[in-house]
Amino acid sequence: MIISFLIKGLDRRTAICMLVLLLICAAVPLSNAYLPVGHPFRIPTDEMLQFGKYGSYALLAVSLDLVWGYCGILSLGHGAFFALGGYAMGMYLMRQIGARGVYANPILPDFMVFLNWKALPVTWYGFNWFGYAMVMVLLVPGLLAFVFGWFAFRSRVTGVYLSIITQAMTYALLLAFFRNDMGFGGNNGLTDFKDILGYNIQADSTRRGLFVATMLMLCLGLWVASGIVNSKLGKVLIAIRDAESRTRFIGYRVAEYKTVIFTISACMAGVAGALYVPQVLIINPSEFSPGNSIEAVIWVAVGGRGTLIGAIVGAVAVNWGKTWFTGQFPEFWLFALGALFVAGPLLLPKGIVGSISDMLAKKKSSQMYASLPATSEAVEDGASPTVE
Amino acid sequence: MGGEPNSDMYMSNEETVSPRRHWNETVMLQSLKTPTRLAALLIGALVLFLAMALPSVAQSIDDAIAKLTTDGYSDTAAAINALATSGSPRALPIVQALNDGKLQFSASDKKVFIVTATGLVEAVTGAPVATPPADISDVRANNRIRGLVNAALGALSLANPDPQKRIASADAVFKSRDEGALAALDTAIANETNSTVAIAFKAAKAAIILFKADAPVNDRVAAAQAIQLRGTQDAVALLRSLPADTPKPVLEAANASAKAIEYNLALWSMAQNAWYGLSLGSVLLLAAIGLAITFGVMGIINMAHGEMVMIGAYVTFVVQEIIRTRFPGLFDWSLTIALPLAFMTSGLVGIAIERTIIRWLYGRPLDTLLATWGISLALQQTVRSIFGANNREVGSPSWMSGSFQVGQLSITWGRMWIIVFALIVFAGLIAILRRTPLGLQMRAVTQNRSMASAMGIPTAWIDALTFGLGCGIAGIAGVALSQIDNVSPNLGQGYIIDSFMVVVFGGVGNLWGTLVGAMTLGIVNKFLEPVAGAVLGKIFVLVAIILFIQKRPRGLFALKGRAVES
Amino acid sequence: MSLFKTMTIAGAVLAGALTASAALAEDTIKVGVLHSLSGTMAISETTLKDTVLFLIDEQNKKGGVLGKKLEPVVVDPASNWPLFAEKARELISKDKVSVVFGCWTSVSRKSVLPVFKELNSILFYPVQYEGEESERNVFYTGAAPNQQAIPAVDYLMSADGGSVKRWVLAGTDYVYPRTTNKILEAYLKAKGVAAEDIMINYTPFGHSDWQSIVADIKKFGSAGKKTAVVSTINGDANVPFYKELGNQGIKATDIPVVAFSVGEEELAGLDAKPLVGHLAAWNYFESIKTPENAQFIKDWQAFTKNPKRTTNDPMEATVIGFHAWVAAVTKAGTTDTDKVIDTLPGTKVPNLTGGTAEVLPNHHITKPVYIGEIKADGQFDIVWQTKSLVPGAAWSSYLEGSKDLVADWVTLKCGNYNTITKKCGG
Repeated sequence: MIISFLIKGLDRRTAICMLVLLLICAAVPLSNAYLPVGHPFRIPTDEMLQFGKYGSYALLAVSLDLVWGYCGILSLGHGAFFALGGYAMGMYLMRQIGARGVYANPILPDFMVFLNWKALPVTWYGFNWFGYAMVMVLLVPGLLAFVFGWFAFRSRVTGVYLSIITQAMTYALLLAFFRNDMGFGGNNGLTDFKDILGYNIQADSTRRGLFVATMLMLCLGLWVASGIVNSKLGKVLIAIRDAESRTRFIGYRVAEYKTVIFTISACMAGVAGALYVPQVLIINPSEFSPGNSIEAVIWVAVGGRGTLIGAIVGAVAVNWGKTWFTGQFPEFWLFALGALFVAGPLLLPKGIVGSISDMLAKKKSSQMYASLPATSEAVEDGASPTVE
Repeated sequence: MGGEPNSDMYMSNEETVSPRRHWNETVMLQSLKTPTRLAALLIGALVLFLAMALPSVAQSIDDAIAKLTTDGYSDTAAAINALATSGSPRALPIVQALNDGKLQFSASDKKVFIVTATGLVEAVTGAPVATPPADISDVRANNRIRGLVNAALGALSLANPDPQKRIASADAVFKSRDEGALAALDTAIANETNSTVAIAFKAAKAAIILFKADAPVNDRVAAAQAIQLRGTQDAVALLRSLPADTPKPVLEAANASAKAIEYNLALWSMAQNAWYGLSLGSVLLLAAIGLAITFGVMGIINMAHGEMVMIGAYVTFVVQEIIRTRFPGLFDWSLTIALPLAFMTSGLVGIAIERTIIRWLYGRPLDTLLATWGISLALQQTVRSIFGANNREVGSPSWMSGSFQVGQLSITWGRMWIIVFALIVFAGLIAILRRTPLGLQMRAVTQNRSMASAMGIPTAWIDALTFGLGCGIAGIAGVALSQIDNVSPNLGQGYIIDSFMVVVFGGVGNLWGTLVGAMTLGIVNKFLEPVAGAVLGKIFVLVAIILFIQKRPRGLFALKGRAVES
Repeated sequence: MSLFKTMTIAGAVLAGALTASAALAEDTIKVGVLHSLSGTMAISETTLKDTVLFLIDEQNKKGGVLGKKLEPVVVDPASNWPLFAEKARELISKDKVSVVFGCWTSVSRKSVLPVFKELNSILFYPVQYEGEESERNVFYTGAAPNQQAIPAVDYLMSADGGSVKRWVLAGTDYVYPRTTNKILEAYLKAKGVAAEDIMINYTPFGHSDWQSIVADIKKFGSAGKKTAVVSTINGDANVPFYKELGNQGIKATDIPVVAFSVGEEELAGLDAKPLVGHLAAWNYFESIKTPENAQFIKDWQAFTKNPKRTTNDPMEATVIGFHAWVAAVTKAGTTDTDKVIDTLPGTKVPNLTGGTAEVLPNHHITKPVYIGEIKADGQFDIVWQTKSLVPGAAWSSYLEGSKDLVADWVTLKCGNYNTITKKCGG
């Protein structure tokens, strides 16, 4: 069943995109490892790291597109799931430091030692096992999303109300994680990681491994998302997005569908966060800040909502632009970024991918079926005509 | 290096010197608790000395003046005490001038001068000085000196014609419990006609008697009861700080008084929390009310709302800058002048944004979120480029500074005017929406655009004006917020989330909901804060909002009818 | 430039261009500036960016370093901590800077640390911080807790400071106030202050409604004993805090507030008249009258073309760091990271207050400590100063975990040597 579900997910566009991702996944580490420094085709380590980071952002964007683009749930709190996954990974990495911390305490992380903590808080138990940490990466965001979604969707909280309370959720978590009493390192968060699964986290080979892992997880995420979208479940989700009341009247349990997709999406975001942390080597509460979640929404919108691939394109494009602008025009980059966000919806209302596929569809239909409407694929994959 | 070698660096206080610490060692030895008690002793010692040597008043003044010209804190302190007990009529103006920072000295001439509105005068004689000496500079004061000055002014100005000053001096005596002031207090109480001042005088006298070990026990018991009338926290502290060897009846009376005051204070602290809650609520209301129009009525998720508030605050700054340089006399009017300007500036920026960007995005609320987020980034950076990233100083006009007492509740004028102002803005907005043709058209357009258009309403312009109105209101909120917060490019960011919470909690599209929502959140927050702390309090409020929305998915005052589902 | 560009250009053409640009880079020494120019920290950090540009300009007028001109490379990490690490990496590996001046918050420093260690470069960190760190690649030119917090408390306990007996430790909830308050609490208790005479309060970042807390402080302070507030409240929250103090009529003569994060820059943003007499502890004040300082202020104001532009403590720390680096590079005759790091300890440069700042083997520096009282014009009146320079201590002797640790990069080659176990941790 799962296999047929995944095969169904492999529509042509997803397949092409996954192929490209897999190519990058193989080519970048190979070039980094085997080409000599200075070779024109060699990807330097810092660029590989950067694109690894974008890869984890892209996975976050895909997870957001799954709920927003296909189910009409605009979550302004997806950064929270991302950060929770990141914290779970960070706690594992923190426990791996062991006695190599500055205070040489084998159990307690450094920040607990200098704040005079005597014993490890219960929340930290078990994080010295990778497997446990990975379960938490999925479980913590998933559970939060399930509980949150269960209540919110059952009470039929929709539209902006839902967006604002997701924002309240991430804001509350931000404040909570800022508190040093929580035992998650307060504002400084978790840093100073040494190794992952026994490999030095700063070694180039480990980084290549992380890059490969990120790309593979992104592929998998895209595949799963595409599978969901193309399954019967996906059709119901689209129905909910376009006419929630009607879907309910037909007899679907809208709240349950929404809760399920919200939870799956949160787990994906958690995985993205877990891949992000070992590459940037820090996780701190600012990842919970509502601005970050809004930015993730923007990636999806720029790339093209409801296209999945657009989410990846948007995340990479916006972040790459941000990196480039902050280096080139440190004083003016905010203007450029601001202009991008304004121009996006004005000039490309369906995002990059949405607009391109519209164009292609138009060309195709004018060439071949001049009198027929666009193919069904283009309609459902193109940006949605949803009203709030 | 490391910890050890440095530790003795800061362990030993003796190794570090103050440039002006030549504290009289013999006095130091007496292990005195506070500088004010020290002052009392000093005065006592001085009186004794004066009695023995019988020097003239003029001479003691001259000594004091000479000490004021050495530019040392200890000498200045001694001079103040000498002046306080000199009985000279010139003592008060000199100490007052020191208090106001208007006392200057010349070390070469050994003379002290007072800066007055008409020019420099000689401190002792009061004669005008035509050409100030070359080495003239201010007599410097630190916290210790200022404390002594307050105590001295207390003793010197018990007979001041200004009742506020008399109360202040009574308070100073209450704190210093200077037995030397007893005689002066008695005269003052006999002559006092103002009942408030009389209570302060009596409390001061009671404080002295309560601690006077040789006073009759009955008098001291009565004194403990008299202090109860003062009713403040420092009265409790005073009553509880009696030495253990005090006679039992005195101790008991003091304890009873202290308990009575504390009970009273507990009630007042409830009132205080409610007041603080209202005050926070009014700030939230101001921040959110513009959003209630742009987001609540028009449905635009306006992420640039905070920046409109910021623009209003910067307009206030610019107005104040111009007033400071050109028309200093108008400073008290600066906020009044800034209000219409802030409204217009933010409003025009809003209209420009609506006309150029938002009007293309109607019916796509999430795209407006995107575009306005971009606008907010650009606006922040614009302000940063023009005014710099630093905070800008916005002063408070005199009518917004300071505080007044209602019972044991201290109410600051600034907060009070902000509450009044928020309510006026709210009432004004309701009036515009309900009673003006513009308001009618706005409601018509937002309720049913095509029908409104069919009736001949220029919907495009009404949209622009509505958005402009919301932004303009945010601008005048900025004028008010500039009084209590940083004026920096980040000002708006701090309010945007709270504003959305308020509007959503109150119910989108309902101004009354915004009012009730803001006040509820403010008061709940302030009652939680003493119990849970500022951070946890805020988290609880956020969680409460999330849970509340489950119960009422459309906020406190939900719109009803068919418009809701569309 | 990036994967994107590499992919798009992806041709052999690039090989030629690369060698050409490598040749160009030899003419100057590049200096990285890593301060946020946007976001929440821009308010503090922008000034430091200008300071580094000013210092580079001054140095180039003198002929640069080692006969080469200095070339600043400014980037904007936008108050975003992971972006700090990314930008640091970019500065070091792409722009090949010899040294970086940057960071303000502790978390930004923690974020870039692994990058500096891995790519072996030098960071000068100019802000007072919580201590508990000594890294080979970082030089801390701001104050450690023993150079700011403890002398300030000593002053308040003295007769001149008002013989304070009761203490409010108010701070923003992050690691610097937490650690500083832990150290102060231990110190005060060691000095015989009872636990009920210490009140500790934490508030979130950017806290703007201070009514309840100021009222609490007022209540705590009216218990009959002289009370003072030791404030580690972070930048942005200070303005509303002081405004509330002024409004509720708390005068410095009643309850003085000594702050560690309020300087001339912060006071420029508010009306200082109600705050007269409140205190700040720093290692530098603009109002300190020395010829060096007068000259510096004059040049700085000329450079920024703003006759009202203030100076502050982190600026002085930047100046010291910059001059120390120039001196070490000149002495070593190279910008090679390892040689400069080895040369820096022992380097002595004049500070702006008439003393000498010496880079210590623990990568902190010696500093004088001043206590200033706020004047009505937003400047400070120096009321107290240490007799001699205080060497910065990386590890506090008042904290359980760190009292046995020492840092010494000259003989021990270790940032956290445990004197009990005789081992270098970490």
